[in-house]
Amino acid sequence: MKTKGKIAGIISNLVTVQVDGPVAQNEICFVTHPSGVKMMAEVIKITGDKAFAQVFESTRGLKVGSEVEFEGHMLEVSLGPGILSKSYDGLQNNLETMTGVFLKRGEYTPALDNDSRWKFAPLAKVGDSVTAADWLGEVMEGWMPHKIMVPFKMTGTYTVKSIAAEGEYALTDTIATLANADGEEFKVSMMQKWPVKIAITSYKSKPRPFKMMETGVRVIDTFNPIAEGGTGFIPGPFGCGKTVLQHALAKQADANMIIMAACGERANEVVEIFKEFPELVDPRTGRKLMERTTIICNTSNMPVAAREASVYTAMTIAEYYRSMGLKVLLLADSTSRWAQALREMSNRLEELPGQDAFPMDLPAIISNFYSRAGFVYLNNGSTGSITFIGTVSPAGGNLKEPVTEGTKKAARCFYALSQNRADSKRYPAVDPMDSYSKYLEYPEIQDYLNEKVEKGWVAKVLGAKTLIQRGKEAAEQINILGDDSVPVEYHDRFWKSELIDFVILQQDAFDKIDASCSMERQQYVFGKVMDICSKAFDFHTFEECASFYKSCINLMKQMNYCEFKDKNFKKYLTDLDIVIGEKGR
Amino acid sequence: MTATAFQRVYTKLEGVTKATVTLKAQGVSNEELAMVGDKLAQVVKINGDSITLQVFSGTEGIATNTEVTFFGEPPTLEVSDALAGRFFNAYGKPIDGGPEVQGEKREVGGPSVNPYRREQPSQLIATGIAGIDLNNTLVTGQKIPFFADPDQPYNQVMANVALRAKADKIILGGMGLSNDDYLYFKNVFDNAGALDHIISFVNTTEQPPVERLLIPDMALAAAEYFAVDKNEKVLVLLTDMTLYADALSIVSNRMDQIPSKDSMPGSLYSDLAKIYEKAVQLPSGGSITIIAVTTLSGGDITHAIPDNTGYITEGQLFLRTDSDTGKVIVDPFRSLSRLKQLVIGKQTREDHPQVMNAAVRLYADAANAKTKLENGFDLSDYDERTLNFAKEYSEKLLAIDVDIDTTFMLDLAWKLFAKYFSRTEVNIKNELMNKYWKNSD
Repeated sequence: MKTKGKIAGIISNLVTVQVDGPVAQNEICFVTHPSGVKMMAEVIKITGDKAFAQVFESTRGLKVGSEVEFEGHMLEVSLGPGILSKSYDGLQNNLETMTGVFLKRGEYTPALDNDSRWKFAPLAKVGDSVTAADWLGEVMEGWMPHKIMVPFKMTGTYTVKSIAAEGEYALTDTIATLANADGEEFKVSMMQKWPVKIAITSYKSKPRPFKMMETGVRVIDTFNPIAEGGTGFIPGPFGCGKTVLQHALAKQADANMIIMAACGERANEVVEIFKEFPELVDPRTGRKLMERTTIICNTSNMPVAAREASVYTAMTIAEYYRSMGLKVLLLADSTSRWAQALREMSNRLEELPGQDAFPMDLPAIISNFYSRAGFVYLNNGSTGSITFIGTVSPAGGNLKEPVTEGTKKAARCFYALSQNRADSKRYPAVDPMDSYSKYLEYPEIQDYLNEKVEKGWVAKVLGAKTLIQRGKEAAEQINILGDDSVPVEYHDRFWKSELIDFVILQQDAFDKIDASCSMERQQYVFGKVMDICSKAFDFHTFEECASFYKSCINLMKQMNYCEFKDKNFKKYLTDLDIVIGEKGR
Repeated sequence: MTATAFQRVYTKLEGVTKATVTLKAQGVSNEELAMVGDKLAQVVKINGDSITLQVFSGTEGIATNTEVTFFGEPPTLEVSDALAGRFFNAYGKPIDGGPEVQGEKREVGGPSVNPYRREQPSQLIATGIAGIDLNNTLVTGQKIPFFADPDQPYNQVMANVALRAKADKIILGGMGLSNDDYLYFKNVFDNAGALDHIISFVNTTEQPPVERLLIPDMALAAAEYFAVDKNEKVLVLLTDMTLYADALSIVSNRMDQIPSKDSMPGSLYSDLAKIYEKAVQLPSGGSITIIAVTTLSGGDITHAIPDNTGYITEGQLFLRTDSDTGKVIVDPFRSLSRLKQLVIGKQTREDHPQVMNAAVRLYADAANAKTKLENGFDLSDYDERTLNFAKEYSEKLLAIDVDIDTTFMLDLAWKLFAKYFSRTEVNIKNELMNKYWKNSD
């Protein structure tokens, strides 16, 4: 028997429900609107026989006394073949199959097509002993071998009693029968469900990340690399290029699958993805970008409560694909909007507020969420990973606000976007001094970089960071004392940092070639820049110094716009060597 | 709104604050309208049979035995082609002396467009103002505010933009408009002979502030009728959104909500997004473009209102007075149109992006030269030239009183380049240089 209830109070999208039986925290219920439409809601607080639920839709027209029915489970997503390339809302409703231009209240579309048929090939045999997340078989989801797994909800060990032979099956057909120790049998189909707010932990172990993930963005890969299975975040005031940077990551990152959670941001930005990704080609595989992308979209004008759910929906889907041994990159834009959704509910629940009226446990909620990312060894020894990068939209561009501070404790990479850099059109506006990657300190990562990129790579990168710091100091001196009143050596220092800035840190996201820079190329260009920086030159005047570095910058920028090592690239390289040769000692 | 049969009437108020009243009533639905005496109110909170109503025009004079009548429906607007050319108040009632508009009743503040069904904005909107068309081109389906100090002529600029924009319908949502500004808009539209495609919803400073909360929803409900049902290009002007946000904070304060940054309600972002995200390019060809005004206090964009707005809108247009020329200009540094990439160089001449960047870069050099001058350093010949260029650029292109087409703007920019700089200093792609470089005469 389902627990039932009646609406006793309404404030905005928070309803109080008088219940007649047991209810659970985070349980899903359906509220019947006087128009007959059923609206989904989630229990967020219980006192006595009153449950407080946040409705995922507009509560306009709702009345006291309206019927509520509790479902006996938490907010769940459907997991199975067919998720790839889909566009969902925050509650995993398929946006493509919704009718009409406007979103209708109470219109829920299934995440997976129950009638869809898939070519199944078994991986497990009768008699095998299996646990949750073990691979039973495989279907091809587009280009991707999609593993059909023992449902995550099944705890303990089971024996495979039967497994379907190779062939085509519908999504909901039984493809295996599993028996537990007591001989009780369970039917398994290709689809399973999982509550989004609970992490899927059906893997063997979660080591520290030890590999680097290539993104093609120099200021990230060279200067502040993110690890495969690592976490990072991008805070920045509006207009600094957060979204452009996230889209660049989505287009270029070396991952099998990209999940983009557009959380409380502009609808037109999502439209850009909808229109572009089916056209753009992933250079690594030659396939269209959309073929490796799933979009979870809850734009700023969609219901607030579903915004909170959207990041969890995205993370759960990422965990599902990680269990298949895939490299997943999860991008969330922006986690601040998620935090604001939490704030709105906390406010309506009349909880005592923390800083800036955010809930007191905000840092804990953020940390908990970030901790679901990671590199894992699966039960069968394969590996899978979720790399998570979130953006943060700090109020007033002030990085001392609760969401940024809470995220700083959780994420290992920090890509601070600076207003000054954006104002002077130095994109990506990642601040070279404030940003960091904790992974550079990991011995595992250092070993990996020494081996895969270049011996002594990390020391070289740290050296470049020092040069930028010194260049900045020199620039301040020059500004205070005037060009003539400082030794030429100050100008040299300043221009060396400008060289690194213009050639390495800055990158044209709208240029076909410069937008994505391979690690091999980054190693080459960075080496070239550091070569120049290690040289001492004889300059008589500061003008001479400036014009020398300006020509170096100009030539190396031209090189950035050429295909790696093609004819033009080599021509500019020869010119560069001549310029350096004339000045070098 | 007049009372009809079978309406529930109550006469016992349990509580009155400056903006809300509380009473016991049955069968009330959330967000439905009611009359408290002769004042319009809306249900904002229901707790059992205790109902809290937000009274739009303030609670002055409301007695505990004032009659309360519930309408059983949320705010609506009757839409039809007859809306065109009319002026309404925040409740959608005519204020121009004309008859009430008969039409289909639509709920205001309705659902949002499925993002998957949206089209990418793609049509350029020409305004004749070079600070906008050249540097921050607008596109249909875009939402963009003017960030301006209260003493700047933002309403005049907006009226100009509206009249030149060649939209099928212009809908003005005036919130806390001074009576003078209201009459200004009325005159300008009248004189331009454009009244027949303009619809205005106006709340002036003489009217209670909470009423303003209805203005954007009313204006956008009308906009959706013309854009969705009639496939028209609709331009919505909202002035001033800062006063709208202030009204939000008044209501949330009266309802004992915990304020977040700058005393604004914690839901400010969602509240503003709900309005701005109505801007849309529809697959059927209709579109809603929103141009708003957000007044700043002392140019501070870190305040919660401009800050949240900046995160929602697709760019912002900054007005500032240029002390060198004495003219109000569209600041090329702090202004931004995020959607300009979709049209410049495609629907305008090929050299547009490069000319725009070069001019702004040279203008930035002038700003540096100015700092140098102020700090007592000597100016180089180049510095002098940039300063002269900046002056002319500001006067002939950035000033808000220019009205020329984009091709002319580009030609003018090339003329200025040639007058003050050498080809290498301008540093534009050679191919374009050869085609457009003009020798100064």
